[in-house]
Amino acid sequence: MLKDWINKGRLKSPWIVHFDCGSCNGCDIEVLACLTPLYDVERFGIINIGDPKHADVLLVTGTVNHRNKHVLKNIYDQMPSPKAVIAMGACGLTGGVFREAYNVVGGVDKVIPVDVYVRGCPPKPEAIIDGVVHALGKVKAALEAAG
Amino acid sequence: MGKLLLATIAVILAPVVGGLIAGLDRKLTAWLQSRVGPPILQPFYDVFKLLGKSPMLINPWQILTVWVYLVSSMLTVFLFFMGSDLLLMFFVLTIGAVFFVMGALSTQSPYAQVGAQRELVTMLTYEPLIILVFVSIAMVTGSFKVSEVFTYGKPLLYQLPLMFVVLGYALTIKLRKSPFDISACHHAHQEVVRGVLTEYSGPQLAMIEIAHWYDVVFVLGLVGLFWASSFWGCAVLLAVTYFAELVIDNVTARMTYKWMLKTVWGWGLALSVLNLLWLYAG
Repeated sequence: MLKDWINKGRLKSPWIVHFDCGSCNGCDIEVLACLTPLYDVERFGIINIGDPKHADVLLVTGTVNHRNKHVLKNIYDQMPSPKAVIAMGACGLTGGVFREAYNVVGGVDKVIPVDVYVRGCPPKPEAIIDGVVHALGKVKAALEAAG
Repeated sequence: MGKLLLATIAVILAPVVGGLIAGLDRKLTAWLQSRVGPPILQPFYDVFKLLGKSPMLINPWQILTVWVYLVSSMLTVFLFFMGSDLLLMFFVLTIGAVFFVMGALSTQSPYAQVGAQRELVTMLTYEPLIILVFVSIAMVTGSFKVSEVFTYGKPLLYQLPLMFVVLGYALTIKLRKSPFDISACHHAHQEVVRGVLTEYSGPQLAMIEIAHWYDVVFVLGLVGLFWASSFWGCAVLLAVTYFAELVIDNVTARMTYKWMLKTVWGWGLALSVLNLLWLYAG
């Protein structure tokens, strides 16, 4: 029964840590828009927290470059499992318009495994919430597969 | 025997009540901010999720400190419903709080260090006030025992109205509400990440949350003492006090620790002295 409650909790309380790999702030203000009364993500149990050690979902915006990839990896490693990663915006997915630049690595998935990609430049808040729901769907499928 | 049974039931039920209060707290906060807010059971989902996360300890010392914090919080609730001595409860509560800070101090993280220092200052702020509240209760009822307060017959609020305000200050600090949430703030405030909680994670964080629920029940029990003579009076007093805490939490921003020390000690000590003088003269 405890296992059932834990699994239910995993689906109902995704705490998000938001890391900005040098984004233009477009994606970041859309993330913050999700917290406003209009979208109010807290009703799904989603909280934007500052500490990777408390987080379940890592939300990455911006282009990953050779300098901040170590920071990104470090934050990912500090999160206790089970955890999920969401890459956001054109830059987070592939490097966007900066992908040819000499200092840019490319997408977030070149450094850490990504579960969900949220497209857009920047994505709408609805798309971000949808991304978290998709990530939870993957968690649910994994939990069911594990029994 | 009846007392022992009551205290045991209270220890078992306290986390359920504390969690529901936390859920109601978040719902009402959302309502005050024109939001829908999470379900009432959200704190339970959070805690069960945290219990299921893989442990990430900085050092084994953290396990000990968390257990001591949890057990001492449980013990305060147990002692309260046993009708035991208020001073004994105070010391047990302090041991828990000190161990909680020691766990944060045992890590290298600057956030945890800053949070721990602030938590120590907040303890320094509320503890003299709680002692003064207990002393004034003893002055009125003639005993430090909770059971004596229940048999006193009259609401303490009539004789200790100013002490109730002082307890309100201590309550705001102990519940980690604005403007005194300087050591471990909630949600979107991220100045010290989560201060004293930064280095706790997974099951340890869940246990801290449960211990905090016990603390909430204990502190609300102290509030209830001020109208112990009637059930409905007590219920109304608790509801009004908690709602007032929520409103204060939502209309104030966080302040610095120096401001907290000055304000709470200044007002707290002044109100205490006034109330004690009044008792002494009357």
